[in-house]
Amino acid sequence: MASNASHRARKRALSAAHFIGLFLAMSLICLPGLWIVLNSFRPTVEIMAKPPVWIPNSLNLDHYRAMFGGVGEGGVPVLTYFRNSLIISVTSTLVALLVGMAGGYAFARYRFKGKAALFVGLMATRAVPGVALSLPLFIIMARAGIIDTHFGLILTYVALNVPFTVWLIDGFFRQVPRELAEAAEIDGCTRWQAFWKVEFPVARAGIASAGIFAFLTSWNEYALASQLTRSVNSKTMPVGLLDFTSQFTLNWGGMCALAVLMIIPALVLTFLVQKHLIAGLTFGGVKG
Amino acid sequence: MAQVQLQGIVKAYGALRVVHAIDLDIADGEFVVLVGPSGCGKSTTLRMIAGLEDISGGALRIGDRVVNDLPPRDRNISMVFQNYALYPHMTVRENLGFSLKIAKRAEAEIAKAVTEAAEILSLTPLLERKPGQLSGGQRQRVAMGRAIVRHPDVFLFDEPLSNLDAKLRTQMRVEIKKLHQRLGTTIVYVTHDQVEAMTLADRIVIMRDGRIEQIGTPLEVFETPVNTFVATFIGSPPMNLLAGRIAGGAVELADGTRLSIPPGHGAAEGRAVTFGVRADNIMPVGHALPPTAHMAEVEMEVQLSEPLGTETLLFAMLAGTEVQAKMLNPRPVRLGERLRFQISLDKCHLFDADSGVALRV
Repeated sequence: MASNASHRARKRALSAAHFIGLFLAMSLICLPGLWIVLNSFRPTVEIMAKPPVWIPNSLNLDHYRAMFGGVGEGGVPVLTYFRNSLIISVTSTLVALLVGMAGGYAFARYRFKGKAALFVGLMATRAVPGVALSLPLFIIMARAGIIDTHFGLILTYVALNVPFTVWLIDGFFRQVPRELAEAAEIDGCTRWQAFWKVEFPVARAGIASAGIFAFLTSWNEYALASQLTRSVNSKTMPVGLLDFTSQFTLNWGGMCALAVLMIIPALVLTFLVQKHLIAGLTFGGVKG
Repeated sequence: MAQVQLQGIVKAYGALRVVHAIDLDIADGEFVVLVGPSGCGKSTTLRMIAGLEDISGGALRIGDRVVNDLPPRDRNISMVFQNYALYPHMTVRENLGFSLKIAKRAEAEIAKAVTEAAEILSLTPLLERKPGQLSGGQRQRVAMGRAIVRHPDVFLFDEPLSNLDAKLRTQMRVEIKKLHQRLGTTIVYVTHDQVEAMTLADRIVIMRDGRIEQIGTPLEVFETPVNTFVATFIGSPPMNLLAGRIAGGAVELADGTRLSIPPGHGAAEGRAVTFGVRADNIMPVGHALPPTAHMAEVEMEVQLSEPLGTETLLFAMLAGTEVQAKMLNPRPVRLGERLRFQISLDKCHLFDADSGVALRV
């Protein structure tokens, strides 16, 4: 009947609108990234062209070649930066996860004095903008002699990430029923074994996601790293981007090329762990 | 296998006592059910036996060892949890074999024990599945399998059937009983369901507010409840309780109805009492069991009837109290119909009105 037809038309219109809306949102998210990738492959003239050239005329690897080239030819120590980034991010993530697991487990399982206050305190540290800390941090680290070292940055990032990993992992451990650990203890485990053989594997998915967040925070962090690093000793890739600026010019192509190199590992890691996340989320050991 | 002995077991959280010095001897191979309403301390008691809760006072013996401070792993017990607590990241096979693996037994030995347990509980086709892929009844069986694999001294069950639907519950009840007959291991079983308690137990322990009210075989607690709490808790429908007073050697109810004092009971003249009669012992004339030695008759108006097939449950008013009665060989009953009921006094009870304690002589 008429009303049926009109409802059907409305349903279709709605789903079309839905699709368009999604497309626009995704474009907004993806375009800058795509633009970076695109720019890394085309000549500077085209990057700077006004009005912008949407469809590139020619693609080449010049920016990559130059970046890996000698110092005089616009080269930057990419591999060193990459290594610094990797060491700092991986180490700080591992430490933040370990502390986060210990803290998160304690918050999820135990009652202790000052628990609420401690938790609020941890969260409050997230409210302080990182940049506000950069000067005091710089002074302290300079006095302690750990400026421009891996250790200094790792320490900073662990401090930055721990409140977040504690909070996130606390939530995941709360979802693991207490009875699982109790059953393991009755099955012959020590408290420690019960944690590692049962509770940890069950919460693994959540811990992995906390790990991704911590890793990406350290991997992408710029503001503090730019203050606390001086040289190739410890400069990370985001700080390395600054090498492409000189007094009067900005080497956009080179910057984009380095940015692409930065994105790839983060993307790969996210994909790897994401698969793991979905697999790990199939709970069902208890009635639910 | 082992006996379990609780001597003055206390559980306190600070000043708050939730289990008050209970004593309980469980014989080797016995099936004991702790039953009571929520918050009566039955689960806490079980968890203390398991070692999952600290014992605040008293002595707990399993076998001939005092185990108060032993961790759960050293008590050689196994436990089936209300929510099963299967390890979600392991297959059924790994779940079953977990305890043996932790004990570092040989692969072959583990495989043999797992196969055996899986056969007993018909889990063999499910061995490679994860708990998430099982139905409630199957999970329940895996939980039981995990418990039997290690041949413990004592099985502990914490309301294992409460998450199952009614039909499955009946079925699993039978399986648990068969399992006990087959293995002969001591079982301590916690439930709030008196039917489960009656059907499974060798002995029932009825608890309230952290104290044991009565210990006895199912028939003992059913036939000779020590107080009104046990009388109304055990048996379905609950025992009818009628307020009255001893006058002229009989119980006089509020409306003047006089009932003889049930045989085996006694109370002083003028004492306020509660007269207890189960639905099975108050039946309409012509639809009742053969009379016993001491009978009484009352007339009541039927307010509601619940046909159950072989019998009909009648709700009627007696001396201002609603009474449930059973009608055998039922016929349709009209609302408001006045019927004569016969009470089998030999099966009735007399309790003190204030303390609720049975007034037996």
